Amino acid sequence: MMINCEEAAHICTKSQYSEASFLEKIKLKLHWAMCKTCKGFSKKNARLTKLCEQAEMHSLSDSEKKAIKEKVIRES
Amino acid sequence: MATHSLYPDTWVDSYADYLYNYTMTRVNDREIAKDLVQETFLAGLKSAKNFKGDASERTWLVAILKRKIIDHYRKINSKKGRAEVHMDYAPQTDAEGDWLEQQVADPISTLKSDAFENEELGMAIQECISQLPPKQGKVFTLKTIKGMSTEDICNELNINPSNLWVMIHRARTSLMACLNQNWFAI
Repeated sequence: MMINCEEAAHICTKSQYSEASFLEKIKLKLHWAMCKTCKGFSKKNARLTKLCEQAEMHSLSDSEKKAIKEKVIRES
Repeated sequence: MATHSLYPDTWVDSYADYLYNYTMTRVNDREIAKDLVQETFLAGLKSAKNFKGDASERTWLVAILKRKIIDHYRKINSKKGRAEVHMDYAPQTDAEGDWLEQQVADPISTLKSDAFENEELGMAIQECISQLPPKQGKVFTLKTIKGMSTEDICNELNINPSNLWVMIHRARTSLMACLNQNWFAI
Protein backbone atom coordinates (compact mmCIF):
# COMPACT_ATOMS: atom_id res chain seq x y z
CA MET A 1 0.00 0.00 0.00
CA MET A 2 2.95 2.31 0.52
CA ILE A 3 4.01 4.37 -2.46
CA ASN A 4 6.82 6.86 -2.95
CA CYS A 5 6.47 10.49 -3.96
CA GLU A 6 7.09 9.79 -7.62
CA GLU A 7 4.22 7.34 -7.78
CA ALA A 8 2.06 9.71 -5.79
CA ALA A 9 2.70 12.49 -8.32
CA HIS A 10 1.87 10.09 -11.13
CA ILE A 11 -1.45 9.11 -9.57
CA CYS A 12 -2.20 12.73 -8.76
CA THR A 13 -1.77 13.77 -12.39
CA LYS A 14 -3.94 10.86 -13.55
CA SER A 15 -6.66 11.81 -11.10
CA GLN A 16 -6.80 15.31 -12.62
CA TYR A 17 -8.29 13.61 -15.66
CA SER A 18 -10.40 11.20 -13.57
CA GLU A 19 -8.29 8.30 -14.74
CA ALA A 20 -6.93 7.06 -11.42
CA SER A 21 -8.39 3.79 -10.16
CA PHE A 22 -10.10 3.45 -6.80
CA LEU A 23 -7.12 1.62 -5.31
CA GLU A 24 -4.75 4.27 -6.62
CA LYS A 25 -6.81 7.00 -5.01
CA ILE A 26 -6.64 5.24 -1.66
CA LYS A 27 -2.88 4.85 -2.01
CA LEU A 28 -2.63 8.56 -2.80
CA LYS A 29 -4.69 9.55 0.24
CA LEU A 30 -2.55 7.32 2.47
CA HIS A 31 0.56 8.94 1.08
CA TRP A 32 -0.85 12.42 1.78
CA ALA A 33 -1.22 11.49 5.41
CA MET A 34 2.54 11.11 5.62
CA CYS A 35 3.80 13.60 3.08
CA LYS A 36 2.86 17.25 3.30
CA THR A 37 4.84 18.13 0.18
CA CYS A 38 2.79 15.83 -2.03
CA LYS A 39 -0.40 17.09 -0.47
CA GLY A 40 0.60 20.66 -1.33
CA PHE A 41 1.51 19.62 -4.84
CA SER A 42 -1.84 17.93 -5.34
CA LYS A 43 -3.62 21.06 -4.24
CA LYS A 44 -1.76 23.13 -6.82
CA ASN A 45 -2.38 20.49 -9.44
CA ALA A 46 -6.11 20.59 -8.78
CA ARG A 47 -6.03 24.37 -8.99
CA LEU A 48 -4.40 24.16 -12.42
CA THR A 49 -7.18 21.83 -13.56
CA LYS A 50 -9.76 24.32 -12.36
CA LEU A 51 -8.03 27.23 -14.09
CA CYS A 52 -7.87 25.33 -17.37
CA GLU A 53 -11.59 24.57 -17.16
CA GLN A 54 -12.40 28.16 -16.26
CA ALA A 55 -10.44 29.55 -19.19
CA GLU A 56 -12.54 27.58 -21.73
CA MET A 57 -9.66 27.27 -24.11
CA HIS A 58 -9.82 26.29 -27.74
CA SER A 59 -7.32 24.70 -30.02
CA LEU A 60 -7.04 24.02 -33.72
CA SER A 61 -6.64 20.40 -34.77
CA ASP A 62 -3.53 19.18 -36.53
CA SER A 63 -5.28 18.86 -39.87
CA GLU A 64 -6.63 22.42 -39.60
CA LYS A 65 -3.17 23.71 -38.79
CA LYS A 66 -1.70 21.77 -41.66
CA ALA A 67 -4.20 23.31 -44.08
CA ILE A 68 -3.34 26.81 -42.90
CA LYS A 69 0.36 26.03 -43.05
CA GLU A 70 0.13 24.85 -46.64
CA LYS A 71 -1.64 28.05 -47.63
CA VAL A 72 0.94 30.20 -45.85
CA ILE A 73 3.82 28.36 -47.51
CA ARG A 74 2.17 28.60 -50.92
CA GLU A 75 1.80 32.36 -50.53
CA SER A 76 5.24 33.06 -49.18
CA MET B 1 17.04 49.50 -35.03
CA ALA B 2 15.22 46.32 -35.92
CA THR B 3 15.29 44.09 -32.90
CA HIS B 4 12.73 41.55 -34.04
CA SER B 5 12.43 39.71 -37.29
CA LEU B 6 9.76 37.55 -38.92
CA TYR B 7 9.91 33.80 -39.46
CA PRO B 8 6.72 32.97 -41.41
CA ASP B 9 7.60 29.27 -41.57
CA THR B 10 7.10 28.92 -37.84
CA TRP B 11 4.01 31.11 -37.53
CA VAL B 12 1.40 28.37 -37.60
CA ASP B 13 3.19 26.19 -35.06
CA SER B 14 4.02 29.04 -32.74
CA TYR B 15 0.99 31.31 -32.87
CA ALA B 16 -2.00 29.52 -34.42
CA ASP B 17 -3.46 28.39 -31.09
CA TYR B 18 -2.76 31.70 -29.40
CA LEU B 19 -4.43 33.70 -32.16
CA TYR B 20 -7.26 31.19 -32.38
CA ASN B 21 -8.06 31.55 -28.69
CA TYR B 22 -7.91 35.30 -29.02
CA THR B 23 -10.39 35.15 -31.90
CA MET B 24 -12.71 32.61 -30.30
CA THR B 25 -13.34 34.89 -27.34
CA ARG B 26 -14.39 37.59 -29.80
CA VAL B 27 -16.35 35.85 -32.53
CA ASN B 28 -17.35 32.58 -30.86
CA ASP B 29 -17.63 30.57 -34.06
CA ARG B 30 -15.05 27.91 -34.91
CA GLU B 31 -15.12 28.30 -38.68
CA ILE B 32 -15.07 32.09 -38.68
CA ALA B 33 -12.27 32.11 -36.11
CA LYS B 34 -10.23 29.69 -38.19
CA ASP B 35 -10.69 31.78 -41.33
CA LEU B 36 -9.72 34.97 -39.51
CA VAL B 37 -6.52 33.37 -38.21
CA GLN B 38 -5.67 32.17 -41.69
CA GLU B 39 -6.37 35.59 -43.20
CA THR B 40 -4.15 37.12 -40.55
CA PHE B 41 -1.20 34.94 -41.53
CA LEU B 42 -1.73 35.70 -45.22
CA ALA B 43 -2.06 39.43 -44.57
CA GLY B 44 1.09 39.20 -42.45
CA LEU B 45 2.98 37.70 -45.36
CA LYS B 46 1.80 40.42 -47.68
CA SER B 47 2.81 43.24 -45.41
CA ALA B 48 5.95 41.58 -44.05
CA LYS B 49 8.07 44.24 -45.72
CA ASN B 50 6.34 46.88 -43.59
CA PHE B 51 7.36 45.13 -40.38
CA LYS B 52 9.69 47.50 -38.60
CA GLY B 53 10.82 45.16 -35.88
CA ASP B 54 9.70 47.38 -33.00
CA ALA B 55 7.22 44.84 -31.71
CA SER B 56 7.54 41.11 -31.32
CA GLU B 57 6.27 38.90 -34.10
CA ARG B 58 3.25 37.88 -32.06
CA THR B 59 2.23 41.40 -31.07
CA TRP B 60 2.43 42.39 -34.70
CA LEU B 61 0.22 39.45 -35.77
CA VAL B 62 -2.29 40.23 -33.02
CA ALA B 63 -2.50 43.80 -34.32
CA ILE B 64 -3.35 42.48 -37.79
CA LEU B 65 -5.85 40.03 -36.33
CA LYS B 66 -7.63 42.85 -34.48
CA ARG B 67 -8.19 44.66 -37.78
CA LYS B 68 -9.50 41.43 -39.30
CA ILE B 69 -11.97 40.95 -36.46
CA ILE B 70 -13.21 44.54 -36.77
CA ASP B 71 -13.58 44.08 -40.53
CA HIS B 72 -15.54 40.90 -39.91
CA TYR B 73 -18.04 42.67 -37.68
CA ARG B 74 -18.30 45.55 -40.13
CA LYS B 75 -19.12 43.13 -42.89
CA ILE B 76 -21.86 41.32 -41.02
CA ASN B 77 -23.28 44.57 -39.69
CA SER B 78 -23.51 46.15 -43.09
CA LYS B 79 -25.93 43.45 -44.16
CA LYS B 80 -29.35 45.02 -44.07
CA GLY B 81 -30.96 45.39 -40.68
CA ARG B 82 -28.18 43.72 -38.77
CA ALA B 83 -26.77 46.96 -37.46
CA GLU B 84 -29.72 47.43 -35.18
CA VAL B 85 -29.78 45.78 -31.83
CA HIS B 86 -32.94 43.77 -31.54
CA MET B 87 -34.24 43.43 -28.06
CA ASP B 88 -37.41 41.49 -27.54
CA TYR B 89 -39.58 43.06 -24.97
CA ALA B 90 -40.55 40.48 -22.36
CA PRO B 91 -39.82 37.44 -24.50
CA GLN B 92 -40.95 34.82 -22.03
CA THR B 93 -44.36 35.23 -20.52
CA ASP B 94 -43.36 33.60 -17.27
CA ALA B 95 -40.33 35.87 -16.84
CA GLU B 96 -40.23 37.82 -13.66
CA GLY B 97 -40.59 41.56 -14.09
CA ASP B 98 -42.15 43.28 -17.06
CA TRP B 99 -39.60 46.02 -17.44
CA LEU B 100 -36.33 45.66 -19.27
CA GLU B 101 -34.51 47.02 -16.25
CA GLN B 102 -35.75 44.07 -14.26
CA GLN B 103 -34.34 41.60 -16.74
CA VAL B 104 -30.78 42.81 -16.50
CA ALA B 105 -28.44 40.09 -15.25
CA ASP B 106 -27.83 39.96 -11.55
CA PRO B 107 -24.55 41.87 -11.00
CA ILE B 108 -23.25 39.25 -8.59
CA SER B 109 -23.73 36.38 -11.03
CA THR B 110 -21.92 38.32 -13.75
CA LEU B 111 -19.03 38.97 -11.40
CA LYS B 112 -18.52 35.27 -10.87
CA SER B 113 -17.78 34.38 -14.46
CA ASP B 114 -15.90 37.45 -15.47
CA ALA B 115 -15.45 36.91 -19.19
CA PHE B 116 -12.58 39.35 -19.43
CA GLU B 117 -10.68 37.71 -16.66
CA ASN B 118 -11.23 34.27 -18.16
CA GLU B 119 -10.02 35.49 -21.50
CA GLU B 120 -6.83 36.82 -19.99
CA LEU B 121 -6.40 33.60 -18.08
CA GLY B 122 -6.77 31.65 -21.32
CA MET B 123 -4.12 33.77 -23.00
CA ALA B 124 -1.80 33.38 -20.01
CA ILE B 125 -2.17 29.60 -20.12
CA GLN B 126 -1.63 29.59 -23.87
CA GLU B 127 1.50 31.66 -23.42
CA CYS B 128 2.82 29.19 -20.84
CA ILE B 129 2.00 26.21 -23.07
CA SER B 130 3.99 27.79 -25.89
CA GLN B 131 7.04 27.85 -23.63
CA LEU B 132 6.91 24.09 -23.04
CA PRO B 133 8.95 21.66 -25.12
CA PRO B 134 6.82 21.12 -28.27
CA LYS B 135 5.93 17.52 -27.60
CA GLN B 136 4.90 18.17 -24.00
CA GLY B 137 2.81 21.12 -25.09
CA LYS B 138 1.13 18.99 -27.70
CA VAL B 139 0.31 16.14 -25.33
CA PHE B 140 -1.02 18.59 -22.74
CA THR B 141 -3.19 20.39 -25.31
CA LEU B 142 -4.63 17.15 -26.68
CA LYS B 143 -5.40 15.82 -23.23
CA THR B 144 -6.54 18.94 -21.40
CA ILE B 145 -7.99 21.25 -24.02
CA LYS B 146 -9.20 18.77 -26.60
CA GLY B 147 -10.12 16.23 -23.93
CA MET B 148 -8.87 13.30 -25.98
CA SER B 149 -8.66 9.86 -24.39
CA THR B 150 -5.30 8.49 -23.27
CA GLU B 151 -5.60 5.62 -25.74
CA ASP B 152 -6.22 7.87 -28.75
CA ILE B 153 -3.30 10.13 -27.92
CA CYS B 154 -0.99 7.16 -27.47
CA ASN B 155 -2.02 5.77 -30.84
CA GLU B 156 -1.66 9.10 -32.57
CA LEU B 157 1.75 9.98 -31.17
CA ASN B 158 3.00 6.42 -30.93
CA ILE B 159 3.88 6.51 -27.24
CA ASN B 160 2.85 4.31 -24.33
CA PRO B 161 0.59 5.45 -21.48
CA SER B 162 3.34 5.79 -18.91
CA ASN B 163 5.28 8.00 -21.35
CA LEU B 164 2.17 10.10 -21.74
CA TRP B 165 1.65 10.55 -18.01
CA VAL B 166 5.29 11.47 -17.47
CA MET B 167 5.03 14.12 -20.17
CA ILE B 168 1.76 15.46 -18.82
CA HIS B 169 3.19 15.54 -15.33
CA ARG B 170 6.24 17.53 -16.50
CA ALA B 171 4.05 19.85 -18.53
CA ARG B 172 1.78 20.51 -15.57
CA THR B 173 4.68 21.14 -13.23
CA SER B 174 6.17 23.70 -15.65
CA LEU B 175 2.76 25.28 -16.20
CA MET B 176 2.23 25.71 -12.47
CA ALA B 177 5.56 27.50 -12.18
CA CYS B 178 4.85 29.61 -15.25
CA LEU B 179 1.36 30.62 -14.14
CA ASN B 180 2.74 31.44 -10.75
CA GLN B 181 4.76 34.17 -12.44
CA ASN B 182 2.27 35.29 -15.06
CA TRP B 183 -1.00 34.88 -13.23
CA PHE B 184 -2.14 35.09 -9.63
CA ALA B 185 -0.26 32.66 -7.45
CA ILE B 186 -1.68 29.19 -7.76
